[in-house]
Amino acid sequence: MAQTLLDKVWDAHTVRTLPSGQTQLLIGLHLIHEVTTPQAFQMLRDSKLKVRMPERTFGTLDHIIPTTDQARPYADPLAEEMAVHMIRNMKDFSLPLFDMSTGKQGIVHVIGPELGLSQPGMTIACGDSHTSTHGAVGAIAFGIGTTQVRDVLATQCLSMAKPKLRQVRVEGALAKGVYAKDVILAIINQLGVKGGVGYAYEYAGPVIDRMTMEERLTVCNMSIEGAARFGYVNPDTTTIDYLRGRQYAPAGAAFDKAATWWKSVATEPGASFDDVARLDGSAIEPMVTWGINPGMSVGVSQRIPAPESAPEADRSTFREALAHMSFQAGQPIKGAKVDVAFVGSCTNGRLSDLRIAAEVAKKGKVAKTVRALIVPGSQQVAKAAEAEGLHEIFQAAGFEWRKAGCSMCLGMNPDQLVGREMSASSSNRNFIGRQGSPTGRTLLMSPAMVAAAAITGAVADVREILK
Amino acid sequence: MSTVDFKRRQIAGRGIPLPGNDIDTDRIIPARFLKEVTFTTMGEHAFEDAKKQNPEHPFNSPAYRGASVLVVGQNFGCGSSREHAPQALMRWGIAAIVGGSFGEIFFGNCVMLGIPCLCASQEDLEWLQREISRSPQSPVSVDVEKQEVRFGNRTIKATIPDGPRNQLVGGTWDSTAVLLEAGAAIETTARKLPYVAGF
Repeated sequence: MAQTLLDKVWDAHTVRTLPSGQTQLLIGLHLIHEVTTPQAFQMLRDSKLKVRMPERTFGTLDHIIPTTDQARPYADPLAEEMAVHMIRNMKDFSLPLFDMSTGKQGIVHVIGPELGLSQPGMTIACGDSHTSTHGAVGAIAFGIGTTQVRDVLATQCLSMAKPKLRQVRVEGALAKGVYAKDVILAIINQLGVKGGVGYAYEYAGPVIDRMTMEERLTVCNMSIEGAARFGYVNPDTTTIDYLRGRQYAPAGAAFDKAATWWKSVATEPGASFDDVARLDGSAIEPMVTWGINPGMSVGVSQRIPAPESAPEADRSTFREALAHMSFQAGQPIKGAKVDVAFVGSCTNGRLSDLRIAAEVAKKGKVAKTVRALIVPGSQQVAKAAEAEGLHEIFQAAGFEWRKAGCSMCLGMNPDQLVGREMSASSSNRNFIGRQGSPTGRTLLMSPAMVAAAAITGAVADVREILK
Repeated sequence: MSTVDFKRRQIAGRGIPLPGNDIDTDRIIPARFLKEVTFTTMGEHAFEDAKKQNPEHPFNSPAYRGASVLVVGQNFGCGSSREHAPQALMRWGIAAIVGGSFGEIFFGNCVMLGIPCLCASQEDLEWLQREISRSPQSPVSVDVEKQEVRFGNRTIKATIPDGPRNQLVGGTWDSTAVLLEAGAAIETTARKLPYVAGF
């Protein structure tokens, strides 16, 4: 019977079936950061356990670090304490840490693929829900909690149940000014923020096939926002070309052998899925969220829907969203005033994202009422962008050019909204309080749309600016 | 009881209803409280911003103080993988959760802490939330083994997948020891993978 990538990778990593009926699944790559690991290391110490396969865990600093002055000690003593613990834990357990001095530091989901650590056919776990990002290279990659981080450190395994598999097909072709971010926002809008419960997503179809690796990383990144445990794209020549020459990818003759194996893990023709969903890629326009979860979105030409358009059970959340955002049902999303513009995060902090934003930034100057931040996803992204002069384009247009980190995605570092500020953001979550201010407001959109909002001072249609 | 019992067959305690769908883990515990190298303070910050913004929030109500069975809506605990969220609920006093559906990572984190999350129908959840708010002092009994929740004279169906149910009922949810029992099979499995063995 034709097998899916999920079947093949799951079987290859199955150590045994546990008495509970769960699978004991081997984890091929474990990525860690400073926020969700200190308690796990303490649990190891308390139980006198060692790291089972230290060569399979890599760490970075991303969530708590400032993006202006990154000299230690950090101004925030709590952030400094977390950095101290991370550095000490990595040293005590002999694990590699990509800190600022390495030139390879960055957001964990940016550096994994960038360094060639994340490869097709792997199982990848990290104490962070956006680990689904790494599925773009053809891996089974998912977020875990801190006690599970302890299990991976101590046993290199997790106790897991295999999810059902839904193929999400994006047919047709994208119009100009429509990007990977718009595709994933449209998918979540159509399938719902609860639609993926119990499922993993295999993204497929001509739109996905034509995407670059960086675009696929953006799509897979937000799988979790649609409640899918993980999402992946089958490895193909795009995947292989992307991995060639990367630091941790095999080299020479080994690369060709690896490429053969990588292709062999892809879903076979005729394989069956528990469900198939289809979207017409040609019908997608630039998307903007108007509410308090990533499924509450509309195309930029559309109006904010009325609560009555939602299922009965979701209407209270819908009303809460309108109240929090100070929006009226029926109001066009275009023209909504913004105070902050943020390009960055594990969703959209890669070189191609910065290039698109810079193209828009060339068309104008940041509006006087807007503070605009460009935050590269890693030190390597920053270096490559600077080599192309992107930072100068941004600075000339009035954007701040920052250092690599999670920044304004999640309110754990100095980059935060203040009060009721409205943010146009290329990040992944518009939850209440997500960007640091309990009353702050977030509009999710593509980096091009963020740059357009920055120079317009309000939600704008980037297609009109790029015309 | 003097010895620690890891078996989670039945959990009984007073209930606390929390209506609404898609309540995310940022809402349960805002990120600024994650700047902590232990979990010890998490209980104090459960729903901190939501409580401030809404005086009627159930976690503000003295009637529900001491409750241990949380009754929620659909997709509870969606979003961030932060274990700080179930840690905050557990340290506040929650020992079992009944809802429509759960964020998958949140559900897994709850299992790791020995907190059963059971799924009931929308109609039964609304009934249970209404009844608890009418008599907050009455006990809710969560039977993980039989997949039932009892309140007053009525019993509703509440399901949990076999794997986690077996872990919770059997007391094997703290999984490190179970995983270590595989012994050398872990390395054997690893060596069969071309990316571990070398291409």
